[in-house]
Amino acid sequence: MLSVVARQWRLASDVQGIEPVVRDIVGLCRAAGFSPRHCSLNVPVAVTEALANAILRGNACKDTLTVHVAVQVSVEQLLVEVCDQGCGFDLAAVQQSPDDDDWFEREDGRGVFLMRSLMDRVENDKRPDTGEHRLRLVLYRT
Amino acid sequence: MSFSLEQSNDVTIVTVQGQLVVTNRQEFKQMVLDAMEQGARTVIVDFVDASYIDSSGLGALVSLSRRLRDAGGDLRLVGLSDELRTLFELTRLDALFPLFATRADAVAAR
Repeated sequence: MLSVVARQWRLASDVQGIEPVVRDIVGLCRAAGFSPRHCSLNVPVAVTEALANAILRGNACKDTLTVHVAVQVSVEQLLVEVCDQGCGFDLAAVQQSPDDDDWFEREDGRGVFLMRSLMDRVENDKRPDTGEHRLRLVLYRT
Repeated sequence: MSFSLEQSNDVTIVTVQGQLVVTNRQEFKQMVLDAMEQGARTVIVDFVDASYIDSSGLGALVSLSRRLRDAGGDLRLVGLSDELRTLFELTRLDALFPLFATRADAVAAR
């Protein structure tokens, strides 16, 4: 049977809370044997994007709202679920691309592109039990 | 994560230690904008001690690059690890910034 390490956090809607969680998740991936590239690029960047999106856009930095992060790491894959208390968004409609006319000029609007580029799966839905918006990232170890 | 700034002749060098991400991009931008206010036009950002950059950090670099170009200067990047270089290639932003291996290379390119 594969062993799975699971952790979860409940964060205030403050971007200062992002870095410690990212560091913990990278540590779990390193312990599970994920590659140096996964641990220094794919995981920290994609998880930072997901958490920043939840805090800044999902919860709009409202101090009454929180972000729930749940992680499962095995030797096969990393699964990260980030839930915010906003109204969610149509992920399929967000088609950011370096081919966009203003790609080399605009300051924002690359986060979803990075998550999709650095993870094997990125999807979102509404959690049936809490109604929270949930963004799910999956990265296979090999 | 922190930044340091040094002036060498008419070149301004900003060293990034740790991450350039959503939590510190404003501080980074303001540091470079303040340097521009003081006349800086050639700015080299040294990532040799950096770990990772998120979309906010990339956005700050894009914004500063545009401002410097508009002012007749440019923004050059040095010391990118293979992983950071991959990030710039993925986003094709390697086409926007001159990338150099070392500070000396970046200065010599003037």
